[in-house]
Amino acid sequence: MSDLRGNIAIVGTAESDLGTVAPDMSPIDLVAQGIVRALDDCGLELKDVDGLFAAMSQSRMVALSTAEYLGIQPSYFDSTQIGGSSFMAHITHAQAAVAAGLCEVVVVAYGSTQRSVSRAAASAREPNPWEDPYKPMQPPSSYALAASRHMHQYGTKREQLAEVAVAAREWAKLNPKAFRQEDMTVKDVLDAPIISYPFTVRDCCLVTDGGGAIVITTPERAKDLKQKPVYVLGTGEAITHAMISQMPDLTVTGAAISGPLAFGKAGVGPADIDVLALYDAFTVNTMLFLEDLGFCKKGEGGHFVSGGRIAPGGELAVNTSGGGLSYCHPGMYGLLVLIEAARQIQGVCGERQQDGVELALAHGNGGVLSSQCTVILGSAATL
Amino acid sequence: MSDAAEKSPLTTFREHCENGELAYQVTADGTPVYYPRLAAPGTGETGLAWKVSAGLGTVHATTTVCPRGGEPYDVSLIDLDEGFRMMSRVEGIDPMEVAIGMRVKMRMIPGADDTPPYPVFDRAEDA
Repeated sequence: MSDLRGNIAIVGTAESDLGTVAPDMSPIDLVAQGIVRALDDCGLELKDVDGLFAAMSQSRMVALSTAEYLGIQPSYFDSTQIGGSSFMAHITHAQAAVAAGLCEVVVVAYGSTQRSVSRAAASAREPNPWEDPYKPMQPPSSYALAASRHMHQYGTKREQLAEVAVAAREWAKLNPKAFRQEDMTVKDVLDAPIISYPFTVRDCCLVTDGGGAIVITTPERAKDLKQKPVYVLGTGEAITHAMISQMPDLTVTGAAISGPLAFGKAGVGPADIDVLALYDAFTVNTMLFLEDLGFCKKGEGGHFVSGGRIAPGGELAVNTSGGGLSYCHPGMYGLLVLIEAARQIQGVCGERQQDGVELALAHGNGGVLSSQCTVILGSAATL
Repeated sequence: MSDAAEKSPLTTFREHCENGELAYQVTADGTPVYYPRLAAPGTGETGLAWKVSAGLGTVHATTTVCPRGGEPYDVSLIDLDEGFRMMSRVEGIDPMEVAIGMRVKMRMIPGADDTPPYPVFDRAEDA
């Protein structure tokens, strides 16, 4: 186990406005809204914040924009940008920064208006002479290529991918903030327009606006705040490639590295985890991460997710918010993955709340399966 | 003497493309490197040697892109026989018929005014 086990706690969480936000809202408006709401959630104030962590695609120097907007001068800041898993990386970096005495009250924040301004405008593509001539639809085509390998090597079926989307939709029906709540069957997923085979539009995450913030502090300061502290027990980070053609093995993600690191530091294993929040940018992600994090064997993900096993009432609670597939996906969704995992431990998830959640796993994905970061969270009882 | 690079890896690659050649690099011990770089991944070895691929390979992964209002097309990852992998497109057959394991042969798409030449692949029946 790590010396940093439990050295910080998530004490406040908040979503910014989600879905389609008011006209001309900026991503920094959403960041500020998230931070103010998250501070209010725990009872800390802006003047307490001395650590600022943020990443986004719509502001190149987001720490500057955010500090200026809120009129704060944090002594420590970190804008590590590795895509949607950035915020899981921020958690690891916050552990180190707090341990080093560099800051004590940290906010981790995100905002995006990608639905309002279009994905192309929100996330400018970098020229890539090795891929651009072939016009992959990015990011879906990269994930579709990985899915094609999984189907080829392990016999995974499109119906099994669709099960992931249906399970997410069933969870979303229990979340009042979910963007999509209408009934959806496996057949509906399969019959939807193809985006990049084997994916239809329903195998792909939503394109929404949104964001939010998490407030983190020391266990000492966490004691006197409004919410039940959620302790960071272990984390792992991995980067394996940037372009999909360079991924070492299309069926094995960096979660096979980050997961064991996080479990090792936390001193727990997959069987101990009560709730999983996995970054489901595409249906294949959930399968790959269940395999790579050790919840089933490599290649058995398709079978594992079938028959409603990860849906409400199933054996394993996965993506209880409805996930990026049905709840909200504002581009870099990892922050909202962390928020759902923390809230399940706090016991504040309403209709979708699971009983007796002591340990939750939040897993972030960035790029095209490129960066993988795992965070294991626990209640006070797990310390 | 300056240690500045005289030519970018991309420029050399494209010069080969102009000659109809799919070029890649090898390290001193013969390990293939693609995409071309100034330094080998893992070791940082510089001065990588250039080679020309025979252009024969196997489809490693494949997807059919269906753009809204446009014709579907293939995007595949191709494993060249020399041991490197690249993104490309298999042409000449229904994109949904492109299958993992299919043997393919490189063909160079000539450059136009605003686009440099680039390699694509055709199905190779007996290769």
